[in-house]
Amino acid sequence: MGFGDPLGMAITHSIASGMGGVRTAGDLVGRMQMTRGMKLKEAKEYVANKLRVSVKELSDPVTMAEVRGDLDIGRVRSIPKFSKGIDAKFRIAELLGIKINCVDLFKQRVGREI
Amino acid sequence: MKKIVTRMGDGYLTELTEAELRRDLEEGTRDASEKGKIPPLSEDELKHLFDIFSDPSRFVSVEPGNEVILSFDGGTHKIYRLGVNTGRIHNFQLMERAVGADTMETGHLDYCFKAAKILLFEEQQELEQALLVTMLPIFYGAMPNLGVYSQPDGPFPNPAELLPKGKIKEARASQEEAVEMAVKDFVYVATALYEVGADGINFDTTGAAGDPDFLAALRATRILKEKHPEMCIELGMAGEFVIGMHGELEFDGVRLAGLYPHEQMKLAEKAGATIFGPAINSVTTKSGAWNVARAVTFVKPCVERGKLPVHANIGMGVGGTPVAEYPPADAVSRASKAMVEITRLDGL
Repeated sequence: MGFGDPLGMAITHSIASGMGGVRTAGDLVGRMQMTRGMKLKEAKEYVANKLRVSVKELSDPVTMAEVRGDLDIGRVRSIPKFSKGIDAKFRIAELLGIKINCVDLFKQRVGREI
Repeated sequence: MKKIVTRMGDGYLTELTEAELRRDLEEGTRDASEKGKIPPLSEDELKHLFDIFSDPSRFVSVEPGNEVILSFDGGTHKIYRLGVNTGRIHNFQLMERAVGADTMETGHLDYCFKAAKILLFEEQQELEQALLVTMLPIFYGAMPNLGVYSQPDGPFPNPAELLPKGKIKEARASQEEAVEMAVKDFVYVATALYEVGADGINFDTTGAAGDPDFLAALRATRILKEKHPEMCIELGMAGEFVIGMHGELEFDGVRLAGLYPHEQMKLAEKAGATIFGPAINSVTTKSGAWNVARAVTFVKPCVERGKLPVHANIGMGVGGTPVAEYPPADAVSRASKAMVEITRLDGL
């Protein structure tokens, strides 16, 4: 989407038709479009299969808060001692079986194999 | 007679009768169909649009399960452009945690590759840090903005000054030189940001300076994908029609001037783009219903005929939304729902 104040544009789309980002599984489905060029249906099915939830549950913040917590892949709130930021992305890359560019670069910087 | 409160393409409130609403929807889809030589919306689709626009609610939304992925042109700019005193890293966190963004984007405030090149180190520095504290995928975005390569902003003679003087050959030569320089800039900047961890590069508002602008983005996309096959490239357009500022430029043997979204998408696919973003401009003197019917008619064949995920541009003044500084949620939510449920696209 493009120009417009956050309430009028970004928040409106987010509520009207967005998946919900890290509140749900929006970031994960987005990654499958970006890394594998998957169309939406295929990307949702792929992520649902990896998370062992139904496609409908992917957009449900209550179910997904639990699933994300159990898998420790980052949530809306930064919970002490749980993954967030780059460490959550390490786990997301492993869970989805994809390469995440900044995760690979991080590994290189600390002298670990990709 | 029952009146439906709705908006014009400039955002101002208006009232339509049911017959007027039906007429606007039919005329909107017909306009796109005739111009793009694509099928108009079916009776069922027009009825669905009628239901969306005649719903008296302030806000409408897609049915559960129909949600799509959101990508944000100039995403982190949206907070500090209000004058709110935050930095880009704060804005990433706000959009991720407070707005429910599925993906996010950053870019130079001037939002073009040429400007980003000058401050590339700082762009890399901030992006690298943002990637440490966020979880959602991050694009680096910029406009090709070929206009900044001509005088007085750039080195080449200004085609907009040459053309009215009848110097068509000189104008074309200037644009061809600008394309060469711009492609080098786009590749240089995109590579630098990818090399510090960007999840994707967004060529936003492609074609804003006409066919040379589109050509430069297509060429850069191809070079980048050859260099980094795993790089995600979103190629978003400036309008539904590629303006022939040059008129004779081609990509893979296809003339660029005059291409409509479903034809633009085919070239994005050939160049190696990962996501395509059609943009349909709103007409301020027509109703929102007319604009939405027209926009979804243009976008639908992109979804049906292409292999790429489609994220329609649906920011202010495109995709059926009004041209208004503060877009009203009633109008934007209707455009959002209609675009998703009629076209079955992959994102906005």
